[in-house]
Amino acid sequence: MRSRTQRAPLGLKLAAAAGLAFLHLPLLLIFLYAFTTEEKSYQFPPPGLTAKWFAVAWGRDDIWQALSLSVQVAAISTLIAMLLGTLAAGAVARSRFFGRETVSLLIILPIALPGIITGIALRSAFSLAEIPFSFWTIVLGHATFCVVVVYNNAVARLRRASGSLIEASMDLGADGFQTFRLVILPNMATALLAGGMLAFALSFDEVIVTTFTAGQQSTLPIWMLTELVRPRQRPVTNVVAVFVIAVTFIPILAAYYLTREGQHSGGEGK
Amino acid sequence: MTERKEAAGVTSETVAVRFQRVARHFGEVRAVDAVDLDIRAGEFFAMLGPSGSGKTTCLRLIAGFEQPDAGHIEIFGETVEGVPAYRRNVNTVFQDYALFPHMTVLDNVAYALRIRGLGKAARHDRARQALALVRLEGYDDRRPVQLSGGQRQRVALARALVGEPKVLLLDEPLGALDLKLREQMQVELKELQQRLGITFVFVTHDQSEALSMSDRLAVFNEGRIMQIGTPEEIYEAPRNRFVAGFVGSSNVLEPAVAETLCGTRGLVSLRPERIALLAPGAAVPDDCIVAEGRVASLQFHGATRRLAVAAAGTTLLVMLSSAQATPPRAGEAVRLAWPRAAMHAMDPS
Amino acid sequence: MADAALTAQAVEGGAVERGGGPLRRLSDVLVTRPRLLLVILLAPPLLWLGVVYLGSLFALLLQSFFSIDEFSGLIQYEFTLKTYGELLQPANLDIIIRTVTMAAAVTLASAAIAFPIAYYAARYARGRWKALFYLAVMLPLWSSYLVRVYSWKLILAKEGILNWLFAELHLTWLLDAVLAVPVIGGPSLSISYIGTFLVFLYIWLPFMILPIQASLERVPSSLIEASGDLGATPRQAFTTVILPLALPGIVAGSIFTFSLTLGDYIIPQIVGSSRLFIGQAVYTHQGTAGNIPLAAAFTVVPIVIMAFYLWGARKLGAFNAL
Repeated sequence: MRSRTQRAPLGLKLAAAAGLAFLHLPLLLIFLYAFTTEEKSYQFPPPGLTAKWFAVAWGRDDIWQALSLSVQVAAISTLIAMLLGTLAAGAVARSRFFGRETVSLLIILPIALPGIITGIALRSAFSLAEIPFSFWTIVLGHATFCVVVVYNNAVARLRRASGSLIEASMDLGADGFQTFRLVILPNMATALLAGGMLAFALSFDEVIVTTFTAGQQSTLPIWMLTELVRPRQRPVTNVVAVFVIAVTFIPILAAYYLTREGQHSGGEGK
Repeated sequence: MTERKEAAGVTSETVAVRFQRVARHFGEVRAVDAVDLDIRAGEFFAMLGPSGSGKTTCLRLIAGFEQPDAGHIEIFGETVEGVPAYRRNVNTVFQDYALFPHMTVLDNVAYALRIRGLGKAARHDRARQALALVRLEGYDDRRPVQLSGGQRQRVALARALVGEPKVLLLDEPLGALDLKLREQMQVELKELQQRLGITFVFVTHDQSEALSMSDRLAVFNEGRIMQIGTPEEIYEAPRNRFVAGFVGSSNVLEPAVAETLCGTRGLVSLRPERIALLAPGAAVPDDCIVAEGRVASLQFHGATRRLAVAAAGTTLLVMLSSAQATPPRAGEAVRLAWPRAAMHAMDPS
Repeated sequence: MADAALTAQAVEGGAVERGGGPLRRLSDVLVTRPRLLLVILLAPPLLWLGVVYLGSLFALLLQSFFSIDEFSGLIQYEFTLKTYGELLQPANLDIIIRTVTMAAAVTLASAAIAFPIAYYAARYARGRWKALFYLAVMLPLWSSYLVRVYSWKLILAKEGILNWLFAELHLTWLLDAVLAVPVIGGPSLSISYIGTFLVFLYIWLPFMILPIQASLERVPSSLIEASGDLGATPRQAFTTVILPLALPGIVAGSIFTFSLTLGDYIIPQIVGSSRLFIGQAVYTHQGTAGNIPLAAAFTVVPIVIMAFYLWGARKLGAFNAL
């Protein structure tokens, strides 16, 4: 719906700019608050600026533990999600079969239903089956809703790719496995990578389902939640917040550039 | 009037591809419906027909992308039902070329050899030879996305030939090219085939392409073969109404009209260019049929003029060379004549 | 050498390859039996999702038909509708109504704010600007939920930037007046429905922008030009052509905002009064109280509401905009 000749009315421009500012200003504020000298409240304007909280955060063991757990959970969940998502995408993208839409729906469901439902469902299932809450219960939950992210990217790429590539490869003598290795996988690589990165970001950030499926462990978001409810050193929380923004920033940008060829700015939501 | 028998499929030459009562259904649709076919080794064979006629499905059955629901397929004497495409020594040039976008031109062409396990030096060497054959030397390191349509087509051709297939299949390969390029490629493909001696099976919906390039062709319609023969046979002696109308244009004389004009029974086809205008008062040549009529319309087509003449209770299409002096005008009375031998009996529809 | 090497004469070497290694032969089976391949591809993900996810959902649903004994606190595994009956108690009904109203308010407001952004991005942004817009919306969407909620705690705090801004502009009386409004007001911004509303709005806004932008982009500009050609003023073109065509996108976005608000329990906990929303109710009931049946019954409410909502949205063509 491009307007070829007109320029946007001023009112529209202002409204759009204001909307975007509304989206981004809070994040900038956090950045500012990471440098404040005031420890006990959220005073604005900040009485002074200092970088000492970064050093303090560096020294806090509980933060490192939470961070390490988050990274491990995200890494393993992403791997599982990539495996399952690719398999499902391979099945759905190219064949028509009875129940195809149901499969798509099933894959989307964990992320479509509110997190609290997924969380409580998993929690009660685990306690019914008498599985103790541990690292693996967290991973189980995360992998389940990360599958859809990889799946979407993979299906989109497979749909765009020419079907005759697979036939051409087989025509020239390559069997199924060779075709997968030499033709399908290289063409899907960037989409899979992008999906994996988004899955990592999603898992890293997830808090709702995690609170239900974790035992005593704290991932970084859980650490943050506890700090929000019962703050210890507010600026340190801000420092961690800044760090989290930076860490999730990078995979998103990377995923965007990886899938940019042929993508329209309609984009994929969460 | 002559009747032509189907050119006998059995000679002393080897049969490259044989279909025996092959059928392929997609649900309710009979894409291929009891097809019998023999393609001889070393010939340029065309499969012609409108879209949905089953010609592409037959090609895919030879390649191995489809398996027949009934019937028997042999390639050089070996049964191929149940054999996947990668086990068949048959290669395809696809309609959309299907070049691997993530590989260079050289790697694309060398693909079949890489699968066979040939070392890098050897396969690159042979790939370059194949590229030379299609006159694309020096394009080794380009990527498909950097090539024009015609260049991609040549790469696809080289890629399909490098493995020395027993049969080369071409699925409407010239469809995406503009006219001049298409005509050039038609000549090149024909020359290539004659030089290499490989059996080519060529699918097209363009009848002039099929007529100009093939040694023999099969006309498909709705999953069945309407006629097989050399281009001349098909053109001169179409066996039924469909072939008469699809390949070139033809006058189809209904039995009643044919009876009146020349006493023959049954459906008759008569090519427009075989009809001549008799000058008023000119004698009728031997063994010709004459008809009197009036010109209904006249169209100038560059090299030819096409007349629609109302005669003998029907409309006859007449094609005259534009070189002929003084063309008639609309509404004029004319006398038409054609040799009896130009009329061919067709199967009743 | 070229021609001789490439000429294939009569049948030396077969037309069909036989034998081959185990992988090749396995491939034979899979290629000629596409259904088998499909089953192998689908089995792991379906098993995982079916068992882990559907299984636990089903278990949860099952629990909602049980009840808890008030005295012993133990779950009685007998089929009953008593727990659903509890939902109809005024206190619980309050919770449901509160949550649905908030969800509706958030949805309407986010549609209003998202539209200009989406409209501008779809219609006027070009090339680099378009990419910038896209990233500008995607980044907050994907960056940490908790961090973004937290940022509003900073903003809404009594000593925070919003209050400071009002003070600087000498508009504190305005703020107090707004906070004094019954029901939605409260002692301070961060302990009031207004605060909760603002945070919800902020968090879900990108979910509304993207579908609207997608459906606006599908409107060919020739339609707008045609309507102008036929005599419509820009405003008429907007209301009669653009808005109806953008509607599926708006509805699609509203699915997200509505459903996410229905189920959220963290935002009301951090920014809001102590009155519970559905999410918090679920959380507290399944926690120390151990009243899983009631918690389960509460979770069924958003599911049912969303089922109706999705059915209605499908009729309005929203699924094409997703």
